[in-house]
Amino acid sequence: MSKVIVVGASSGIGAAVAKDLAAAGAKVAILARRQDELNLVAASHPGQFTSYLHDASDFDSVPALFERIASDFGGVDTLVYAAGVMPTLAEGEYSFGKDRLMIDVNLLGAMAWMNQAAARFEAARSGTIVGISSIAGERGRRGNPGYCTSKAALSTYLESLRNRSSRYGVNVVTIKPGFIDTAMTRGMKGLLWLISPEQASTAIVAMARKGNSQSGFVPSRWALVAFVIRNIPSFIFRKTNV
Amino acid sequence: MSRTAAKPSLRTGASLQVLEGFGRAVSASCRVLAPRDVTELRAMLKAAAAEGLPVTFRGAGRSYGDASLNSKGIVFDMTSFRRLLHWDAAAGIAEFEPGLTVEDLWRRTIEDGYWPPVVPGTMRPTFGGILAMNVHGKNAWKVGPIGEHVLDFDLVTADGELLTCSREQNVDVFHAAIGGMGLLGAFTRIRLQMKKVESGLLQVTPITGNSLEEVFDLFEENLGARDYLVAWVDCMVSGKSLGRGVLHAANYLHGVPDSPAHRESFHVEKQGLPPTIMGLPRSILWHFMAPFLTNFGTRCTNAVKFALDSWKGQKAYLQSHVGFAFLLDYVPNWRLAYGAGGFIQYQVFLPHAHARTALSDILKRCLAADLPPYLGVLKRHRPDPFLLTHGLDGWSFAMDFKVTADNRALLWDFTHELSEAVLALGGRFYMAKDGVLKADQAKRFWGGTALATFAALRNRLDPQRRLGSDMASRLELR
Repeated sequence: MSKVIVVGASSGIGAAVAKDLAAAGAKVAILARRQDELNLVAASHPGQFTSYLHDASDFDSVPALFERIASDFGGVDTLVYAAGVMPTLAEGEYSFGKDRLMIDVNLLGAMAWMNQAAARFEAARSGTIVGISSIAGERGRRGNPGYCTSKAALSTYLESLRNRSSRYGVNVVTIKPGFIDTAMTRGMKGLLWLISPEQASTAIVAMARKGNSQSGFVPSRWALVAFVIRNIPSFIFRKTNV
Repeated sequence: MSRTAAKPSLRTGASLQVLEGFGRAVSASCRVLAPRDVTELRAMLKAAAAEGLPVTFRGAGRSYGDASLNSKGIVFDMTSFRRLLHWDAAAGIAEFEPGLTVEDLWRRTIEDGYWPPVVPGTMRPTFGGILAMNVHGKNAWKVGPIGEHVLDFDLVTADGELLTCSREQNVDVFHAAIGGMGLLGAFTRIRLQMKKVESGLLQVTPITGNSLEEVFDLFEENLGARDYLVAWVDCMVSGKSLGRGVLHAANYLHGVPDSPAHRESFHVEKQGLPPTIMGLPRSILWHFMAPFLTNFGTRCTNAVKFALDSWKGQKAYLQSHVGFAFLLDYVPNWRLAYGAGGFIQYQVFLPHAHARTALSDILKRCLAADLPPYLGVLKRHRPDPFLLTHGLDGWSFAMDFKVTADNRALLWDFTHELSEAVLALGGRFYMAKDGVLKADQAKRFWGGTALATFAALRNRLDPQRRLGSDMASRLELR
């Protein structure tokens, strides 16, 4: 993990992971839409970062951008896809526009980047792909159907990718965070086990470094919650506000 | 959002495919396009050029190394060009497209009494690749490489121009594109003179040699009297038995009295490989090979094979052309038995005067380095008129090395050292197999004059260097 691409690196988990990897000596390509935010991340470890402006839903630009970064860095050995959006959905609101945005950024953008990475890493017989999914993908909750769908699909996609390429030495890591104190959760009250992006990043980087293509919750105690939630019968689950 | 953009470019729109060399030790993620005819080929060449993507032509992917890989540009899968265009059974001349395989060809011609003049150890390669590598067979010392039997061909160059090349027309391109690694253009039509055979069978004689000296002696004694000669060498033994092996000598049958059995020998179904070996379906056999592809396992298999062949003695038998020629096709997917790291075949060509001592030295070095080849194959060669040739008056020795994550760097260094020894003796290498040679070693082996001539041809046919490959990049071919 010495030549890294972090998509969605301007804030939250992406920024924290980018900083942790840079602190460990990696060269990190940080990608996001806004230069000023990237500059703030880059200032944390001068010389370690190269920033690239990128909209995660601009799929067509991904192959050329991946190539450019690989050429700038002399190769890429790690991809962290941390871009994600969760527009608030009011009670009774049904918005295809918001649903599509979440599928574009949370899922299709990940697929666009991970396809590029998986093909190269499989050919190189090494490399790490980290996808930031969510515990929200474990169950279709009433709060935000589009978000749950995008994360469930991302988790399944990552699992397929792991089954497809880990035999060729590619380390595919699925991260399912619980509540992290980021822009996405700002304003939400009474969140269980809320941790900082920095705390999350420590756990994420440790899981990625293990190199054993794992899927895990951050913090790990969410695994128990997920187990329970997955096993609540549907006729009960629909009556809850989880 | 650029999702609405009209037509995705090749750079962004082509899907990525992880492609491997035949040995599976080198691979690359490549964009792949599959033109179906010359018009499409030209259009795709133009589109690739417009985006600055260098193009590599790939057929069956039977080159062991990185010749048909392109991690920076785009690979054109040429297997759609698979038609036999014309078969003249009276003159024995076949005209076909480059995606035609050796198997496609012999199946069509054997019943008319014709066999390809030169075949490699497997029938799966396409003729496009065979010409691009100027493939040789077990009769190399007698009939040269395939190029010597090609009458003419059409070549589509990087800018879409179609050149017809023969020994009379575009003579320089004829001698450079054959063996030119696909860097001068794509073959689109090939005319080949086939070999008339009087029977569908060959007479095969196994002859054991108890040492490398003996193997060489037997080989030389047989050169005048045989049509095919190849020696398997046991690379696991040292001391007096160093280089012991078994020659397989084969002869065409002549003056066979006409009989139903004789006529039947030409039938396609009489040429096929057996569906089972030792009662097991061929398709599952590679699983059983895997445990033996270790130093200890190979030592045991080789010892048993050598003992059996010695015990059976020099007893001639009849074998179909297919059965004799395509040893590599007996066990489908045998290369998977080498495991995740794959293998490399490293083939060195040694001038006659130095071959015996050099090969003995190579075998000793392999054993000393604890990197013994699991397969060693000895053949005799002759010089040929092609520009970037591996041919010489001498011998070649092909070695299969298992590649693992642990030995890979060591193995590459080791072959580089061996290559230095080979170069010092005026030896050569064979690009159909190569995946390890260094750029400066390639330069010394081909020599400045040949490379300058090749570069001049590329300047004429492909000044922008739109054709390339991972091999061309590795060898820094200009």
